[in-house]
Amino acid sequence: MTDNIETDVVIIGAGPVGLFAVFELGLLDIKCHVVDILPKVGGQCAELYPEKPIYDIPGFPMVTGQALVDNLMAQIEPFHPTFHLNEMVESVESLGTPEAPLFRVKTSENETTFTCKALIIAAGGGSFQPKKPPIEHIEAYEGTGVFYAVRHMQMFRDKRILIVGGGDSALDWTVNLQPIAKRLTLLHRRDAFRAAPHTVEKMRSLVASGDMDLHLGQVTTLKGEAPVLEGAVIKKDDGSTFDVDCDVMLPFFGLTMKVGPIADWGLNLHENLIPVDTEKFETNVPGIFAIGDINTYPGKLKLILSGFHEGALAAQKVHRYVYPEKRLLFQYTTSSTSLQKKLGVAA
Amino acid sequence: MGVIHVTDREGQRHTLEAIEGWRVMEIIRDWGLPIEGLCGGACECATCHVFVNEDWLEKLYPASDEEEDQLDTVITQANSRLSCQIIWTPDLDGLELTLAPAGG
Repeated sequence: MTDNIETDVVIIGAGPVGLFAVFELGLLDIKCHVVDILPKVGGQCAELYPEKPIYDIPGFPMVTGQALVDNLMAQIEPFHPTFHLNEMVESVESLGTPEAPLFRVKTSENETTFTCKALIIAAGGGSFQPKKPPIEHIEAYEGTGVFYAVRHMQMFRDKRILIVGGGDSALDWTVNLQPIAKRLTLLHRRDAFRAAPHTVEKMRSLVASGDMDLHLGQVTTLKGEAPVLEGAVIKKDDGSTFDVDCDVMLPFFGLTMKVGPIADWGLNLHENLIPVDTEKFETNVPGIFAIGDINTYPGKLKLILSGFHEGALAAQKVHRYVYPEKRLLFQYTTSSTSLQKKLGVAA
Repeated sequence: MGVIHVTDREGQRHTLEAIEGWRVMEIIRDWGLPIEGLCGGACECATCHVFVNEDWLEKLYPASDEEEDQLDTVITQANSRLSCQIIWTPDLDGLELTLAPAGG
């Protein structure tokens, strides 16, 4: 099923900068949809450092990544943005002219299609993707013997499964897949796990009862004629090696960020960053803007507060595309009744 | 003032002037060598993974639990460290290390 959504602006990235852009656009009566590859909003703030204190957000002597995201969500609530989570923007096609841009934007997972007058890329370091361990020829087994996520558990029934990692994903899938696996082996580089204690306990008891294996070490080589995986060579701390026979390997090494399909949209890129002007934060393609960590310009600082500023200025130019006939009046939220009405706080 | 020696992924050794109080990741990045440092030094991503020359390992503060947790997400060697967790001081003049493979 393909949804077709007409809107003013599509924002790519639901990190703090993308979220605040919703606010700045909202004040100018511009509607937007926000797409993010993660299953939750907040970007790096929520995914990488939800509990870490941030000290350089104006007005907050200290705020954690998650608290900042929660506050931004409360701040943009009056504008009712629609979020499309677990989706990645795959393609951007230009349908308009430089004076009146129009884009068709398609996402990969759920095949949502948008038609919009402007596109704001607030994708930070790019899209979050599973970290791939640097094992030689691993890509030759991807999708047949190596999986970075479990989409359908039944695919793994009666298989010899090797799970690699020591975090929540590794431990959760260990206890979930063990009952249907022919044999399950968990491999981790040390005998310490940063996962929920009860899951670790469950895993330990399965090992104790002989229902699964736990090994300490790291994969050095994959065996089997690609794409058919037959086993892995494991190196222990003391340098000795041993083999584990397996049909599938599931490495859970966390997430990293990749620039991804953005590279194919006709935008100038400089070392995986998008050059923009500093008046409108527009890219070389009229109607496509880039704000936050993903853009670059002379003097750029990768600070959340810079991204907020960039969003506010980009919104001014977006207004010209969305309402070409309307003159934009500069107003303050402290004094403008019209802005206060939009925020739902007018007396 | 002092220096660190960094061998890149092509095997070329670079001598970089170091600054007291800077994270080794920041020194490497400032000199333009390809180190990602995605999370900005918050010990949250392991993209600044390096191999420290054995002679220098003992001179470093041992890795914290938090650093070990992040090292779990890459393929390590016995001399693996995250360079954002090494603060450069004059004691580390001549520190010798090698960049780990990209993405690992």
